[in-house]
Amino acid sequence: MSRPRFFALVALVLVVAMVALPFVAEKFTVQFATRVLIMAIFAMSLNLLVGHAGLVSLGHAAFFGMAGYCLALASPQYQAANFWTSLPLAMVVSGVLAFAIGALVLRASGVYFIMATLAFTQMLYFLMHDTGIAGGSDGIFIDARPDAGLFGWRPFDLEKFGDFYFVALALFLLVFAFIGVLRASLFGRVIAGIRVNETRMRSLGYATFRYKLACFVLAGMLAGMAGYLAAAQFGVVNPDMLGWHLSGTVLMMVILGGMGTLAGPALGAAAMLLLELGLQSLPVVGDIHLGKHWQLPLGIVIVLFALYLPKGLTGIPGRAHGDD
Amino acid sequence: MDLATFLIQLLNAVQYGLLLFLIAGGLTLIFGIMGIINLAHGSFYMVGAYLAWSLSMHFGSLWLAIPAGIVLSVLLGMAIEWLLIRRLYRLGHLQQVLLTYGLILIVEELRSIIWGDDVHSVPVPALLSGSIALTDTLSYPVYRLWISAFCLVFAVLLYFLIQRTRVGMMIRAGATNREMVQSLGIDIDWLYRFVFALGVALAALAGMIAAPVSSVFPGMGNQVLIICFVVVIIGGIGSVKGALVGALLIGLVDTFGKVVEFKIGGLRLLPELAGMSVYLLMAVVLLWRPAGLFGKPA
Repeated sequence: MSRPRFFALVALVLVVAMVALPFVAEKFTVQFATRVLIMAIFAMSLNLLVGHAGLVSLGHAAFFGMAGYCLALASPQYQAANFWTSLPLAMVVSGVLAFAIGALVLRASGVYFIMATLAFTQMLYFLMHDTGIAGGSDGIFIDARPDAGLFGWRPFDLEKFGDFYFVALALFLLVFAFIGVLRASLFGRVIAGIRVNETRMRSLGYATFRYKLACFVLAGMLAGMAGYLAAAQFGVVNPDMLGWHLSGTVLMMVILGGMGTLAGPALGAAAMLLLELGLQSLPVVGDIHLGKHWQLPLGIVIVLFALYLPKGLTGIPGRAHGDD
Repeated sequence: MDLATFLIQLLNAVQYGLLLFLIAGGLTLIFGIMGIINLAHGSFYMVGAYLAWSLSMHFGSLWLAIPAGIVLSVLLGMAIEWLLIRRLYRLGHLQQVLLTYGLILIVEELRSIIWGDDVHSVPVPALLSGSIALTDTLSYPVYRLWISAFCLVFAVLLYFLIQRTRVGMMIRAGATNREMVQSLGIDIDWLYRFVFALGVALAALAGMIAAPVSSVFPGMGNQVLIICFVVVIIGGIGSVKGALVGALLIGLVDTFGKVVEFKIGGLRLLPELAGMSVYLLMAVVLLWRPAGLFGKPA
C-alpha cells in the first residue's frame, strides 16, 4: 500500500473510533478524551507558531487562559452564558490580545522573542493574580456550562458529557481541516518561507511582519477556542490557566508529537496527557512517592526528548528509514 | 513623600536592583558567551536560598554557609554543564528551551524531596542585625545595606574578571569565535564549563544572601527568572553592562511603582497594577530599541 493511502486509512479508522467512543466507553474515559481533544486544539494552535512560522513562543497560555476568563466573566451568576455568542466573543478577545502582544513581541527575534512572550504572559498572570478583577489567586467558578439555545432550538446540551465530547470533537476536526487547508494555501507557504529564510521572503516583496502577526493572531484565537472549552469543561478558571507551566506543557506536546506536522501536535497532546496520567499513578519507591513527585520523571523524559528525539514521535518512522 | 521615606525607598530599589544584577548578569553571560538560553537559571537562585537555609542550620552561621554554598553550587554548575548543557551547543533554541524547562521540573521536585515544601526563614547574622536610625521614627536595617555593598563588590570583581584578566580575555574571545579560540590551543570545553559554573554560582549566591530578607519557599526561582528576562530584554542580551543598567532600572521602577500613587486625571490607579510597571517599561524598550539598550541590533 502506498504511504498516502495508508495514512488515509489510519485517519479513517481513527475518526470512526473517535465517533464511536462515547457509545462504548465509560464516563471517565469520555471526559478524558474530551480533555485530549481540547488540548489537541491548543497544541495545534501553538504549532502554527512553532512548527510553521518558526516562532518559539513560551507564552501561548495567555490566550488560552484569557478566553477562559472571558467565559467566566460573560456568564451571569448562577446562570449559563449563551454558547453561540460567548465562544466567538472569547475568541475575538484572545485575538485582540494576540494582536496587541504580537505587535510588540514580533519586533524581537530569536531568544528575545522567547523571553518577551514569557514576560508578557506573566504580566497577564499577575494582572489576574493580584487584582480582584476575577477572584484573584483563587480564580472564579463558572456555575453553569454554556447554553446552546439558538432561537428556541437547542441542538446539544453541554451539561451532558457525551454532548460535550461531540462538540469538542466537531471543533477539533474543524480546526484540523482548517489548518490542513491553511498549510497548502498561499498564506501557509509564505509562513513556511519566513521560517526558512525571512530575508529572502522580504526581498521577494512579502510584508513578513504582517504575515507573522496574522499567524500570531490566528494562533491566539484558536488557543482561545481551546481555553473556552477547557473553562467550560472544568467549570473554573484561575491564574494557573495563564501560567507559564501550561505554556511549557503545551510546547512539550507540540514537540513530543512532532512540530510542523499536521497530526503531530494532536498525537503529542494525547501522549502527554496519557504520560501524566501514568506518571501520577507511579508507586512508592524506597522513601519517595513517585506518583506525588511525578514531575521528576516527566522532567527527565522532557530532557531526553530534547536531546535524542527533536523531531518527536512522528519523526520515529523517518528515523527508522534512515532519512534523519 | 518626605526625604527620609524617599531615601529608604531609594536604598531598597538599589538593593533589589543589585541583587537582580547578580542573577541576570550570570544569565546574560551564559547566553552571550555560550549562546545558551537557560530557563533553569531561576532554579539555581532557589537552590542557593535552600542551601543557605540548610547549611546555616548545619554550621550555625550564615558566614560559613555562604562559602560552602558557593563551592557546592560551582560543583553543581560544572556537573550540569558536563552532563547536559554541553550537548546543547549544536542544537537550536527550541531544544535549549525544552531541556532547561525539563531541568526546572527536575530541580523543583528534587527540592521537594530533599528539603520539603515548607516555607523557611533564615536569621540575619548577629553582626548585621542592627539598623541605622534615619529620623526619630524611621530606620534602615544594616543587613540590606550590606547586601548592596556585597553585590557591588561582586559587580566590580566580575568587571575585572572579564575586562582585565587572562581568563576574561579568553571568555570574550570565545564569545566572538569559538573555533578560532580552540585552534589557538585554548580548551574551550573547560572555558564554557567555567562560565556556566560562574553563572550558576552567581545566581545561587544571590539566593543565599537574599534568603534572610525574602525567606525561602518553593517556586521562588520562577518569579526571579521572569524578572531577570525583563532585565535582559531591557539591557540587551549578552551585555553585562546592560544587565547592570537594566537591573537598576527595574529596581527603581518596581520599588517606586509600589509606593508612589499614580493619578491619571482624578482617577487613582490600583496599587496592585503597579506590579505591571516593569512589563510596561519592557514594552517601551521593545518599541524603542528592540535589541535592548546595550544590545547589538540583529
